[in-house]
Amino acid sequence: MTDRIEKSIELNAPIEKVWRALTDYDAFGEWFRVKLEGPFVVGEVTTGRITYPGHEGLKWVSVTERMDAPRLFSFRWPHPADPNADSSTEPSTLVEFHLKPTPTGTHLTIIESGFENLPEDQRMEALRGNEGGWEIQTGNIKAYVEA
Amino acid sequence: MSKPDLVAPGPAEVFAALGDPTRLSLLAKLSDGETRSIAKLSADTKLTRQAVTKHLHVLERAGLVENIRIGRESRFGYKPEPIAEAKSYLDRVSAQWDEALGRLRAFVEG
Repeated sequence: MTDRIEKSIELNAPIEKVWRALTDYDAFGEWFRVKLEGPFVVGEVTTGRITYPGHEGLKWVSVTERMDAPRLFSFRWPHPADPNADSSTEPSTLVEFHLKPTPTGTHLTIIESGFENLPEDQRMEALRGNEGGWEIQTGNIKAYVEA
Repeated sequence: MSKPDLVAPGPAEVFAALGDPTRLSLLAKLSDGETRSIAKLSADTKLTRQAVTKHLHVLERAGLVENIRIGRESRFGYKPEPIAEAKSYLDRVSAQWDEALGRLRAFVEG
């Protein structure tokens, strides 16, 4: 069994546009459903609040790792056992977005890894638990995204 | 970090326990459902019994194997549930990314 998640998707949009949607904090927040308080800056913490229906107000914390325009954007999602802890040294999962231009647009691969590092914390459970909130939309998306 | 026995180990502990080739091979041996003694599990490895015992205890703490004592003998058996739970956890995370990527698609193609 693998402890990482890998997804690929073909997007009919130019790579610059996809790059902006991923790395501009307002744009990111719009599709991801999070209200971020500031931009993604390499090595710095970005905080915010989830706006996903049913999970409003959950805290978002990420530490930006790499921004190699327009090919690689990655951040760590710390899962601190102690909310006052230094986020940069806490156990975290790593989220990577890899972009490749294609004749029709952009090939995007997203990888989330490091699940073995996570302590049981409430945010994780709240966001990723079984209870409500995340309705799974099947349909067209799945056909595209299933790797 | 020891947890009270009543708390089921979470996915993280399962992933951590699985993140080792020796432990994976021990699990692979046990996954046929037969219980085995430490002596038997160490027999065809380069590892000392002590090392094998240590790995088995990590697996046991993650709920992946159980220790069954029969008289003076201690045997180990495979427990499939934590793997199934860890997998369903990953499936949930995976479904969330499906959704988020669907919204990203609408956002950049719209």
